[in-house]
Amino acid sequence: MKITVRINGANHTRDVEPRLLLSDFLRHDCGLTGTHVGCEHGVCGACTILWDGAPARACLAFAVQAEGHELRTVEGLAPGPGQLNPLQQAFQDSHGLQCGYCTPGILMTMTAFLEENPKPDEAQVREALSGNLCRCTGYQHIVDAVLRAARAAEQRKPNA
Amino acid sequence: MNSFGRPLTRNEDPRLLRGEALFVDDVELPGLLHVAFFRSPHAHAHLVSLDVTAARAREGVVAVVTAADLGDYWQPGPLLVPPPPVPGMVFNQRCQVPLVRDTARHVGEPVAMVIAASRYIAEDAVGDISAEWETLPAVGDLEAALASGTAYVHADLGTNVAAEVHQARGDYDAAARAAHLILKRRFTYDRGASIPMETRGVVAQWDPRADRLTVWDTTQAPVVIRNGLAGMLGLSERQVRVVAPNIGGGFGPKMMMFYPEEVLVPWAAMRLGRPVKWIEDRLEHFFATTHERSQIHDAEIALDASGKILGVKDVFLHDTGAYDPYGLTVPLNSQCTLLGCYVVPAYDSRFTAVFTNRTLVTPYRGAGRQHGVFVMERLLDLAARELGLDRAEIRRRNFIPADAFPFDQGVIYQDFSRLSYDSGDYEPILDKALAAIGYADFIARVQPEARAAGRSLGLGLVCYVEGTGIGPYEGAKVQVQSSGKVSLATGIGSQGQGHATAFAQVVAEQLGVDVRDVEVTTGDTDQFYWGVGTFASRGAVVAGSAAHEAAKVVRQKVLKTAAAHFECAEEDLVLADGKVHVAGVPDHAITLGKLAGLANPMRGAVTPGTEPGLEATSYFGPASGATASGVHAMIIEFDAGTLRPTILDYVVVHDCGTVINPLILAGQIHGGVAQGIGNAFFEQLAWDENGQLLNASLADYLIPTALDVPRMRLEHTVTPSPLNPLGVKGAGEAGAIPVGALFAQAIEDALQLPARGIEILEMPLGPSRLFEITQRG
Repeated sequence: MKITVRINGANHTRDVEPRLLLSDFLRHDCGLTGTHVGCEHGVCGACTILWDGAPARACLAFAVQAEGHELRTVEGLAPGPGQLNPLQQAFQDSHGLQCGYCTPGILMTMTAFLEENPKPDEAQVREALSGNLCRCTGYQHIVDAVLRAARAAEQRKPNA
Repeated sequence: MNSFGRPLTRNEDPRLLRGEALFVDDVELPGLLHVAFFRSPHAHAHLVSLDVTAARAREGVVAVVTAADLGDYWQPGPLLVPPPPVPGMVFNQRCQVPLVRDTARHVGEPVAMVIAASRYIAEDAVGDISAEWETLPAVGDLEAALASGTAYVHADLGTNVAAEVHQARGDYDAAARAAHLILKRRFTYDRGASIPMETRGVVAQWDPRADRLTVWDTTQAPVVIRNGLAGMLGLSERQVRVVAPNIGGGFGPKMMMFYPEEVLVPWAAMRLGRPVKWIEDRLEHFFATTHERSQIHDAEIALDASGKILGVKDVFLHDTGAYDPYGLTVPLNSQCTLLGCYVVPAYDSRFTAVFTNRTLVTPYRGAGRQHGVFVMERLLDLAARELGLDRAEIRRRNFIPADAFPFDQGVIYQDFSRLSYDSGDYEPILDKALAAIGYADFIARVQPEARAAGRSLGLGLVCYVEGTGIGPYEGAKVQVQSSGKVSLATGIGSQGQGHATAFAQVVAEQLGVDVRDVEVTTGDTDQFYWGVGTFASRGAVVAGSAAHEAAKVVRQKVLKTAAAHFECAEEDLVLADGKVHVAGVPDHAITLGKLAGLANPMRGAVTPGTEPGLEATSYFGPASGATASGVHAMIIEFDAGTLRPTILDYVVVHDCGTVINPLILAGQIHGGVAQGIGNAFFEQLAWDENGQLLNASLADYLIPTALDVPRMRLEHTVTPSPLNPLGVKGAGEAGAIPVGALFAQAIEDALQLPARGIEILEMPLGPSRLFEITQRG
């Protein structure tokens, strides 16, 4: 069946099988391979995207369910080609990634988290991060990156 | 400009952070076909019949391949690591097969390969396949596997013994006779899985016009895969390109060679003349990607009255799974690493590797070192208690003294050289750890106060060594590009270790360029021909040293070319900021890019003894490995009701010689500790008596989350290795190795188990198992 999904501000219209997973649709039909698949059963969080602004597991949804919704993936974060947004920059500055496979999902989870909690403490970051598995970093530098991004955002505020 | 030794952020990060970096499953090709496997549902069974006709008839299915269809291509895999040259050793080689022909030996062993227009159709067709099986008793328990009347994993062998190795030096019996104290215990360490976030995958494309095969593979060893595939497929090496692009975590199991899927997918691409992709799903990963850890040790230690070790005797069983293509690396590591930081005058160690009807066992981060450290550190804890010694003091009394290096351990290591510690200085590490964790204050004040308040606080303190940086060799090619950037290519693969930054720092140090201007390529056999792989914490040591040597040669070429250009002596030149100038005349500089052009002239001759371009290839092969060391210390609190642990403080003091990049090193340690915590507290593969794995999902096999891994504090000492020009030692496994032993000691301490006659002699220990144990006594 034919669907149109809005991803990172652009419409993607494709003819898909009803059983096609959203994660496969994003990666293989739309070529947005930045969203990674780690477990296909909704545990690891690698495939996390923003669905109408809220984090969602792309491996637990069918592409047809996304018809008419606004999705955001890791490819939609940077302000322009070759650039990083402040959260991505904080991840580089804090060494918040190693193999980088879980990173896109974590960036999407933390993007939504920081919008709701612009001034989190470490415990809150760890709680929010606990739905995303990382096997390389031991999480410490990821937590540092998120706290760094929050601090940087605070300093960018005009009256801060 | 100096970048070596600085905590620089990584060159590879921006592309990963933007979702641009290529992973194997990102490879899309016109006409790509997709593979799904029909796998054995039984741990041990004869395949009586296999019917794939319905699968072949399904629309969208291109081929279904069984063992019979492979013809002569059906061969057991190669023996990756031959047995060690230990006198009297027994080794029974039984390597994995591409597809089950008559007997399945573990759940998940591939039986048929379906190739279809999409993965969805391929999986539909797997459901169309029917097989008739005659099930056989599954071999699981290591001791039962060696008893009479057992089933045999390999019936033709008439035994489940995969190997027996005995290494001894000194006279243990004499040591025991002279001992003031002998302690003997049984220690068990059970199976876990490495669980990289990216599962395995292979994409293969045969190009008939170029007469070449390209394979994208989640391997840690692309060069070895290239060589092996060429041989199996009747091609020359130059016809095969293996690319290990960005790999989503390796941790050892992606070093296994060859997995059946790695053999089958390229073969199918050549036969069908179309590109073929297989990506392992997480369920498959639990069965089809190798595991590690199961061992049972019966160990004893003999000490004098002062707590000095006189000797250690250890007899252990090692579970090698259904096949043993990786040889004896894991149990040899256990055997050798048990000796740890200590002088052990008499050592008698014998192991038996045992075939079981379980997934193959190959190295996973630590690779057997955990077990040795667990046994030795536990024996020292028990001895300290018996002798009334402080746990730090008994370790200190037995340390190899700083002036005793190089220290010959007198046993054969996994690289088949005699294990000799290159350098080390253990007391400063221990002292730093004691200070950082607040040891004296904890014993004198913190713990008594906590206990008085009804809280269960305990401390762990353990020491370890990590054999790293073994041979045989790696190489690196350094080349100045006409852009002025410098390229570095090496044959190893990268799985997140930061090679694109650390190696760039090594090269930038020699060539006076910005570290961002060094472009590192790993894992592409077309970019660098020779190599072995990323394992045993050897990347920085071996490939890093090769990069250093190559960069030094390029530096000489740069200076020689610039000296000719400026008509001056090389000693008068300054190489910095990507340019060369005559000392004192910085305004008249020539860029490296222009020098590269001068070194590759369009007219005139390249004179004898010189080569065009500013390029060099160097190799580095250490005679033996470099031995890193460290101490972990932890304060932990247990909820008395649920036995849920909370880690209140975690300190790592580590010595891996010269540090190239402290930020990347910290990440390696953090990640290792997190895996160690998983190994100690969460991760245990659970099997039933039929050899069925009961927790094959991430919802059932729990790995640590951000709530389970504490903030860690790291400190370092630096004892350079004399075995390589950089003085570096590996650090990849240091975080993971001692954590089991650390938890055991801290648990006993927190719950005051010794007073109740309870000892922690096993790993892993989830809360329920810990509850069971603490009900004893």
